[in-house]
Amino acid sequence: MKWRRRHHHPSLFLSTLNRILKTTTEPPDAAAVISVRSYADFTTQATFEIKKCDVHKLDEAPATEVVMTRDEGLQYYRIMQTMRRMELKADQLYKQKIIRGFCHLYDGQEACAVGIEASINLTDHLITAYRAHGYTYTRGGTVKEIMAELTGRRGGIAKGKGGSMHMYCKHFYGGNGIVGAQVPLGAGVALACKYHGKNELCVCLYGDGAANQGQIFETYNMAALWKLPVIFICENNRYGMGTSVERAAASTDYFKRGEFIPGLRVDGMDVLCVREATRFAADHCRSGKGPILMELQTYRYHGHSMSDPGVSYRTREEIQEVRSKSDPISLLKDRLLSNNMASVEELKEIDVEVRKEIEDAAQFATTDPEPPLEDLCNHLYHNDSPVEVRGTNPWAKLKSVS
Amino acid sequence: MAAAARFFIRGANSKLSVSGIGPGAHSSLGAALLKLSPNCSSRLKAQRRHAAHFTFHPDPVPTQYGPTQKMNLFQSITNALDNTLASDPTAVIFGEDVAFGGVFRCTVGLRDKYGKDRVFNTPLCEQGIVGFGIGAAAAGATAIAEIQFADYIYPAFDQIVNEAAKYRYRSGNLYDCGNLTIRSPWGCVGHGSLYHSQSPEAFFAHCPGIKIVIPRGPVQAKGLLLACIADRNPCIFFEPKILYRAAVEQVPVESYTIPLSQAEILKEGSDVTLVAWGTQVHVLREVASMAQEKLGVSCEVIDLKTILPWDNETVCKSVVKTGRLLISHEAPVTGGFAAEISSTVQEECFLNLEAPISRVCGYDTPFPHIFEPFYIPDKWKCFDAIKRMINY
Repeated sequence: MKWRRRHHHPSLFLSTLNRILKTTTEPPDAAAVISVRSYADFTTQATFEIKKCDVHKLDEAPATEVVMTRDEGLQYYRIMQTMRRMELKADQLYKQKIIRGFCHLYDGQEACAVGIEASINLTDHLITAYRAHGYTYTRGGTVKEIMAELTGRRGGIAKGKGGSMHMYCKHFYGGNGIVGAQVPLGAGVALACKYHGKNELCVCLYGDGAANQGQIFETYNMAALWKLPVIFICENNRYGMGTSVERAAASTDYFKRGEFIPGLRVDGMDVLCVREATRFAADHCRSGKGPILMELQTYRYHGHSMSDPGVSYRTREEIQEVRSKSDPISLLKDRLLSNNMASVEELKEIDVEVRKEIEDAAQFATTDPEPPLEDLCNHLYHNDSPVEVRGTNPWAKLKSVS
Repeated sequence: MAAAARFFIRGANSKLSVSGIGPGAHSSLGAALLKLSPNCSSRLKAQRRHAAHFTFHPDPVPTQYGPTQKMNLFQSITNALDNTLASDPTAVIFGEDVAFGGVFRCTVGLRDKYGKDRVFNTPLCEQGIVGFGIGAAAAGATAIAEIQFADYIYPAFDQIVNEAAKYRYRSGNLYDCGNLTIRSPWGCVGHGSLYHSQSPEAFFAHCPGIKIVIPRGPVQAKGLLLACIADRNPCIFFEPKILYRAAVEQVPVESYTIPLSQAEILKEGSDVTLVAWGTQVHVLREVASMAQEKLGVSCEVIDLKTILPWDNETVCKSVVKTGRLLISHEAPVTGGFAAEISSTVQEECFLNLEAPISRVCGYDTPFPHIFEPFYIPDKWKCFDAIKRMINY
C-alpha cells in the first residue's frame, strides 16, 4: 500500500517535512528514527470537526470538517512545543536576569502562529506587535538567534540591537513596540504585494488593546478602498495588558470592527481552526476581493510582560481552566493520540529533542559575546562611506557604518 | 593606568582640535574615550550592571509648608493628585490603567476615594486621550491626563501642538484649554531600551503655547505638579521614571506650589555653571563634588525645572559670574534643549565666556537596548567636559 511505503522513504518524508518546516534545526536523524520506528499501524490522516466561525459580511464560512495528516500533526506539535519551551526558557532566563528589559511571552497562543503559517507561504509577508517570539520562529528564525537577541548578543537575529520586541527576518517585518503602529505598515506592505503582482499577501496582526487605536481604522479604510491583499488579524487574548476587553471596548466583536471589511471570528486555541480560517482568508485576498479581518480568540498564560504577574486582573482559576480545557498543544496531542496518528513515546521523543534544542540555544545565548561598542552608531542612515555621529561631547565623534 | 592614559590622550587631543584634524582622529578618539571610561571596558564578557548611573541627593526638609511625611516620587505625585481632587470638584484623572493605581502606582487609592467618574481608564489611544482632555479642559473641567510612557506621546503630538497650544491664540482668548495637564513618565530607567526611555522635551519646546516641567525629586514634583494644575495654560509634566522609587524625601502633606519658569541654584560656585533637569541634576551634583575634590573647581549647579518657558535670566546671570557653562541631558545632542540654552547664552553672555559652552548629552542614535550604559551622559563624561573647559 502506498501509504505504508511512504514511511520507509526517508527522502520523500523529509522533503515533505522540509517543504513546510522552514528551519533546519531538526537533525535528519530524528526524522529517520521516527520513520524506522513506525509502529506500522498509524493512521496517515483523519478528518476532524472544528468549531464553526462567526462571520460578518460573508456568505460563506471556512469549512468545519478538515483533514489533517500525521505528518502535519507531528510538525505542528513539534513547532508548538518548541515555541512553548522557548518561551518558558525565556521566562527562566529573565528571572535569572540574563534577559533584561522587556519580554512579552507568547505561551498559550501557539496555535495562532502555527495555524497562520500553515496556510500561507514563506513568500507572503507578516507583521505583528511586540509579542513576537513565536512569529519570528514560524517565519524562519532559529531558536538560537531568537534567544541570543533576547539576551542582546551579537548572534541575535537583529544583531543584539533590537531585543525582545524587535526581531525580524525575511518577509517578517517584526516585532513592533508602539501599539498599533504596525497596522498601517502592514497595509503598505500589502500595497507593494499588489503592485508587484506576485500573488503575495500580507498578514497584519494586532491585539485587542490595539484595536482601539485610531490608526487601525484609518488602515481599514485605505485597505478596503484600494482592495489591498491584507489579512488583518486581531489576536484577542481578552486582556490589553491589565484591562479586560469589556472595560476597554465599546464593542468586543473585534471581527466586526472593520465594518465594511468582511470578518471571521475563529477559535484561536485550535490550530486546525486557525489554519482553516487562514486558508479561507488567504483565498479571499488572493482572488482580488480585498482585505479581510479575522479575530482569533486566544489566551496568554503569562502576564502582559515579565513584570506583570498576570493574576491581579484575572483569577488563577481562570488561567488554570484555560490550561486544562483549551491548551493548544494538549488539544492537538489528544487528537493525534485518540486517532492513532502518533504514539505517546513518539511525542515524548519530540519533547526530548525540543528540550535539547532549547537548552543548546540558551547556552549559546548566555555565552555569546555582546555586540562590539562600534555597533552603537551603526545603521542609523544609509551611507556608502562612514558618517560621523556626535557623541556626548562635541569633540567625541563616533563612526556610523551602514 | 587608565586615568594616565586618558590624560595623555586628552592632552594630545587639545592640540588636535586646534589644528582641525579630520574625522579619523576624532572618531578614534571618541571610541577611545568610550573604551577608557570606567563604565565601559573592552572585555568581551557580558557585564552585569550593579548600580544606577546616579546617586539621588534628597532636598533638605521644607519647613515652610507645614508637617511633612516620608514619600518617594510616585507617592508624592499621588499626594498631589489627592490634594487636587479634594479641593477642586471639577478635577478628573484619566489615562491608561490609572484606575487600579497606574503602572507606576501614581494614582493608587484615588478611584476608591473619589469615585469612578473622577478617576477612570481610557482605552489604548493616546491621540484620543489628549484630544478628549483638551475638550474636557475647554469645557471647564480640570483635566489631568496620563500618557503611560513619554515614548507613546507621539500619536498625541498633533493634538498637543496644533490644538492645545494654539487654542487660546486662535480664538482670540475666547477659549482655552488651560485646565489641561498631561503627566508622563520620562527618561532612562536602566533597561528601557528604545521605547521606554525617551526624553521628548525638545520636540515640545519648539511649540509656543504649552509649558513643560520636569522635577528632580518628590518635594519638587508635588509643588511643580500642583503649580501646573493651577496654571492657566496647558502643561506637560514629565516624571523621571527611574526616580519613582529611588527618590525618597520628606514631603509636606498640605498643598503647596513651586513657581514655574524659575530655575533653582542648588549649589553656588564660581568657576563653572552646570545646568540640567530631572535625573541628570543628581548626576551633576556628584560631578560638582568630584570637580571640587579632584580639580579644586567650584561648580554652580542649576536645576532648570521648567523647560518652556525657561528661566534664561538665572542661567545667564550665573554664566556672567563663572564664565563657563555645561548643559547635560539624556536626549540626543543634536536639537536637544541644550542647543537652545547654549544659543541664548552665547547671545547674551558672549564676552563673559571663558570657554565654549559644553553640551554633554546622549548620542545621536535611538536610545539603545544593550548599549545604555555607554549611551547616557554619565558623571565621567561630564567631569571630562569640565576638565576641558577649565584647561581651555
